[in-house]
Amino acid sequence: MFIKPSFRLAPDNTRIQFMRGRIMGLAVSAFLSTVSVILFFHPGLHLGIDFSGGVVMEVRTPGPADFTKIRAAIAAENVGEQGVQQFGDSSNVLIRLGLQPTEAATQQAVTRVRAALEKTIPGANIVRTDAVGASVSAELFRDGMIALGVSLLMILFYIWFWFEWQFAVGAVVTLILDITKAIGFLALTRYDFDLVMVAAILTILGYSTNDKVVVYDRVRENLRKYKSMPLRELIDLSINETLNRTLGTSATIFLASLPLALFGGESISGFAVVMLFGIVVGTSSSIFIAAPILLFLGENRLRRDASAAPTQAAPANPVP
Amino acid sequence: MMYFSRLKTAAILGACLLGLLLCIPNLFPAPASWIPWRTVHLGLDLRGGSYLLLEVDMKAVTKEKLESLVDGVRQALRPGQIFYSVLEPQSDQNRVLLRLRDATKTDAAVAALRPLINPTGPTNTPDLAIASTPDGTITMTLSQVAMNARATGAVQQSIEIIRRRIDETGVVEPQITQQGDNRIVVQLPGIDDPNRIKQLLGKTAHMTFRLVDENANPNAGGLPPPGVEFLAMQDRPGEKIAVRKRIDVDGADLTDARAGTNQQTAEWVVNFVFNSVGGKRFADITRANVNRRFAIVLDDKVISAPVIREPITAGRGQISGSFTAASANELSVLLRAGALPAPLTVVEERSVGPELGADSIKAGALSLLAGFVLVILFMGFFYGLFGWFANAALVVNVILILAIMSLLEATLTLPGMAGILLTLGVAVDANILVNERIREEFRQGRPPLAALEHGFSRAFSTIFDSNATAFLSHVMLFAFGSGPVRGFAVTITVGIVTTLFTNWMLARLLISTWYIKTRPKTLPV
Repeated sequence: MFIKPSFRLAPDNTRIQFMRGRIMGLAVSAFLSTVSVILFFHPGLHLGIDFSGGVVMEVRTPGPADFTKIRAAIAAENVGEQGVQQFGDSSNVLIRLGLQPTEAATQQAVTRVRAALEKTIPGANIVRTDAVGASVSAELFRDGMIALGVSLLMILFYIWFWFEWQFAVGAVVTLILDITKAIGFLALTRYDFDLVMVAAILTILGYSTNDKVVVYDRVRENLRKYKSMPLRELIDLSINETLNRTLGTSATIFLASLPLALFGGESISGFAVVMLFGIVVGTSSSIFIAAPILLFLGENRLRRDASAAPTQAAPANPVP
Repeated sequence: MMYFSRLKTAAILGACLLGLLLCIPNLFPAPASWIPWRTVHLGLDLRGGSYLLLEVDMKAVTKEKLESLVDGVRQALRPGQIFYSVLEPQSDQNRVLLRLRDATKTDAAVAALRPLINPTGPTNTPDLAIASTPDGTITMTLSQVAMNARATGAVQQSIEIIRRRIDETGVVEPQITQQGDNRIVVQLPGIDDPNRIKQLLGKTAHMTFRLVDENANPNAGGLPPPGVEFLAMQDRPGEKIAVRKRIDVDGADLTDARAGTNQQTAEWVVNFVFNSVGGKRFADITRANVNRRFAIVLDDKVISAPVIREPITAGRGQISGSFTAASANELSVLLRAGALPAPLTVVEERSVGPELGADSIKAGALSLLAGFVLVILFMGFFYGLFGWFANAALVVNVILILAIMSLLEATLTLPGMAGILLTLGVAVDANILVNERIREEFRQGRPPLAALEHGFSRAFSTIFDSNATAFLSHVMLFAFGSGPVRGFAVTITVGIVTTLFTNWMLARLLISTWYIKTRPKTLPV
């Protein structure tokens, strides 16, 4: 354990022909992304308070919470209650109020619900209050979307600058497919879509890009090394060569996120679960989506000289 | 590639040691004030506290500016005997409309109004544009520069007043900063119910002393006569009183205000002291108006309207008006701190109790530790010796992240803690790239040293490419994100920089030292 490696995630010198599954991979991805887009429109994302505006209060009651009593107390205030639910253990209550007509009304709603709770349930501790007005929630949403959009553009330009355009298009198309799936996942699991989730999606984006860059880097290197190998073989070779790294990195980031999902607390576990999903999607899309797109786009362009010397096949595993 | 000069080795180890040193302030309180003691700050979501985002009502700022302009116009036209049928502020168009009775005096009026124009802003542009038509209509429009200058001034002044008001409440370390053009962030560590603060900030507390107009009857219905307005009495709901619009003495001329009790009635009162200007005006007014009623107006509500019994020349006075101890105290705090230039609205509030904060720290620290142990074990098993070198680099990486965050006095939030964990994942990725490459080169038949050299140099371009994109997207997240999410972006951005250092310098140094010591024939990969 201390000197020699104890195990490998994939045997060395695998020669899996990933590109054979390219149609299948793209089809499955297209299907999942289509379903995700449908899920995005119906039932849609569950907007968190950051983006929807309104009030969220987390209350701890001395014993197990009496939900009927709490609901009645809040309903009496007539502040557009949207949900009183258990949050974590039975003495933790999450109260949601809808967006109030004005900023002043939002503040009044907070004060009134606070007072009502303290009266109905003596000893109740309001441990968290989030109140977001309409103008702020609209701005937070806009800023979140700008952050996502600008990040995608930066990635596009960066890859475009350092690689050929086929790589950039392949990466960005794959990333967009990844994001749609993450959004579909959010719509399905009903996690609150808020700023923290935007951060999660951006992290997935960063991680997924990282994964694609590693495979692409190897493709680029091999393009120089094997001047006449057909692109399809070359991409397969590159994926196989980087397979242990791809799996190793995914495994560590997965391991790092797992405790967060399990013990990170209510507010951060959703973030970690989406991360875990994103790691699986991001890793598989590097192999089954980004690489096939590169193959389709680059078949005749990246390998112009290949047609000139089609017979000159390079050794599969050259030893310099 | 695998050679390190003594100087370079010393520099790398020195940087690690410096990192360790910079982390120390987080463990102990500062022993003496002269030692620079920079620490990571805990975000409000971890330590408990309130975050309030306030918006300055710019419409009110404009309205007030226009009203003072109307006053200026009235005074400017008086000497020339220029009469008008309309003189009104039009807030929605940022202008004052003036219609003259005699259109032939238009030029004279414009000439009389010209002195009202003042140069403002950095370029000394005029703050007013005066336009006239032959039929005797004159408009005075505030320029954009003037409005901006006015807005900036209002926000700056609000921040100052907010600070004074909060300081009076004894909240420790409040942070008050401007955000955007018209917003103010107030952070109150340790306050989980900011209701009292919100009440203090919810009042502009503009106090004025004005004469009561006894001729107008506010309860008869109909509009108030010109120069008079009907205001509500604060402690008698529904009742109104006719007060002159002209401000005789302004609350801005107060130098002190204290809550106290009246010795005869044992009622709670607020005692105040004027500065010399205010004291003199107060003396003049009270001398000239004995036996008339003098209204004390706070934010368009009349607190009380006592009859002036005798001239008050000492520059001191007393406000009574059915106060309780708390309300007298609050008013005195507001008067001492001064009036806000415009009303403030709370547009966002986030409060976290200390109990929940402590829980979040526990949960965050626990998952951080668990994730760290899992990653370390994985690397140890997956790569053997080189994995443990990577683990050493990883530990130093965490120390350096903390060191840089302490140096920047950055704020650690719950998402920030998640960011540190994810950074570990990325840092490990860099090590995996290097180790896989070394292994590949070695298996292709290169001798150990050459395999190490090629492994590092070839992996580095990949590491750089993949980290550069992540770096860029998190800089974006920092620029457009807000609150805790920015904390997340900060830790990841710092983490990327430290990862490049620990992986490229430290891990390489460790492997090179090991190679020189053992001169192995084969590599444990």
